[in-house]
Amino acid sequence: MDESVTICKDFYDALAQDRLPGSHCQKCGEFTIPTKQFCPNCHSDQMDTFDFSGKGKLVAFTVIYVPPIMMAEAGYDSKNPYCSGIVELEEGPRISAQIIDVDVKRPENIHIGSPMMMTTITRGEEEKQRTYLAFKPI
Amino acid sequence: MRKNKWSRGVAVVGAGMSKFGAFPEKTSRDLFAEAFLDLRESVNKGLDPKRIEALYLGNFTSDLFERQSHLAPILASWIGLSPIAAIRIEDACASSGVALRQAALAIASGEYDSVLVGGVEKMTDLPIAEVTEALAIAADTLFEIPAGFTFPGFYAAMATAYMAEYQAPKEAFYHVGIKNHKNGALNDKAQFNKTILQIMEAKKHRAEQKGQPIPDWKNELEFLSDPKANPCIAWPMALFDCSPVSDGAAAVLLVAEEFAHDFNDEPIFLIGSGQASDGALPDRATLSSIPAAQKAAQHAYEMAGLSVNDIDLAEVHDCFTIAEIMAIEDLGFFPQGEGWKAALEGKTARDGEHPINTSGGLKSKGHPVGASGAAQVIEIWKQLHGKAGDRQLPNNPRIGLTHNVGGSGQTCVVNIFERRE
Repeated sequence: MDESVTICKDFYDALAQDRLPGSHCQKCGEFTIPTKQFCPNCHSDQMDTFDFSGKGKLVAFTVIYVPPIMMAEAGYDSKNPYCSGIVELEEGPRISAQIIDVDVKRPENIHIGSPMMMTTITRGEEEKQRTYLAFKPI
Repeated sequence: MRKNKWSRGVAVVGAGMSKFGAFPEKTSRDLFAEAFLDLRESVNKGLDPKRIEALYLGNFTSDLFERQSHLAPILASWIGLSPIAAIRIEDACASSGVALRQAALAIASGEYDSVLVGGVEKMTDLPIAEVTEALAIAADTLFEIPAGFTFPGFYAAMATAYMAEYQAPKEAFYHVGIKNHKNGALNDKAQFNKTILQIMEAKKHRAEQKGQPIPDWKNELEFLSDPKANPCIAWPMALFDCSPVSDGAAAVLLVAEEFAHDFNDEPIFLIGSGQASDGALPDRATLSSIPAAQKAAQHAYEMAGLSVNDIDLAEVHDCFTIAEIMAIEDLGFFPQGEGWKAALEGKTARDGEHPINTSGGLKSKGHPVGASGAAQVIEIWKQLHGKAGDRQLPNNPRIGLTHNVGGSGQTCVVNIFERRE
């Protein structure tokens, strides 16, 4: 199997166990999420796997009114929009995720810098059901 | 300091485009033929097709939009150029800006003397949900798309980072759309060649004809602030912050500088070119600017031996209004965090200190993604020749720049063109 597919499967398998895996560079201390084979800072290939605490802060977000098919199938539309965002983990790296438990009807009340905690959500029915990363305000 | 390592110079001797819009009866072949015809007319000493040695074609995904791969030889054959080498280049929405740079490098290397650069995308055959799905594959489909992101969503997220960092109100973005529609209203190739004021008046008129209550918008800002007229797509980006789904093609003929005058008495010259890449949005050093654009611009300025103050006009990648604000900062026209004020104060209008997107930009002209980078060059060509009609800049512009972005900033290519006396 292709290595990138393996890494992706590992990531989603870990999420299903409420873990948030990434890498920690043995040489320079850089963290990455998801797991990477090469350090983006020093290009070392000595990367340890690492489970993040799941704590972080919101650094960018949007409330989406025109959803892609996957989100439309999960019940979202212009009357029921959802928030997607980018969270900066306390260890440093950032990741994209759905942001739940925020006031999507008043996006101006969602604040950059708000503390967030990792959680998971499931989308899809039966054999297409999967666990996805999400964050919620602390 | 000039750092030009190219073995020889490259000139543009012709540039043309199809009309941009939604054309259910046309395929990418028709659109490309239309662009090629327009190009041919611009080659003022006449174009001998036997001198074209290769086609470099920018196209994002005819595979998904038209169920047609391997488009470059098909289009070369369609306009009668087989058996020249025909290469398709895919870098999302930067495909044809990159194709132009690659074609120039092939000429600079000495391999070819004359290369046709094309760009084409035929997007409107699919229902809008499938268009959104097709565009989404330009993002990181393993880690960004599962978060629910769409392309308007990526730029909207950058907008929230920008607004928080620089205390910019979302209404500032409206001024980009208003200005670009004003320019596009003067461009007969534009998909929406109407001002936002004209669109607003047309909506009032339609309401009146249907016997419905006539909305009482007094100006564009009231119209754009009305969620019924300008619904939210991905907060804070609303409909009029987004470029449309479009069909269209563009074509540019590049030749080695030494042969330029065989084709055209008034060639323009590609004097600077730079390109850079980046990771997906979360992996960037910043979310309120596009680092790859800054690097590509720096490379292009250094090669040209110019600074931003030498640039008379720029066509920038305004796929969303926030993208134009970031672009004018990344290119150095305005300091970081000042772009939104410049847009609000009219500094990027045709009579402003740095005219941006005189063509109408992607917002008004249209955004057939694989064609947009090459189409930017058509505006530079027209403006540098004094042939931009009612939107012509005064004072004989001499240097024009194009800024073409792929995805949410994973690819950026900047090219600089010069008219010589």
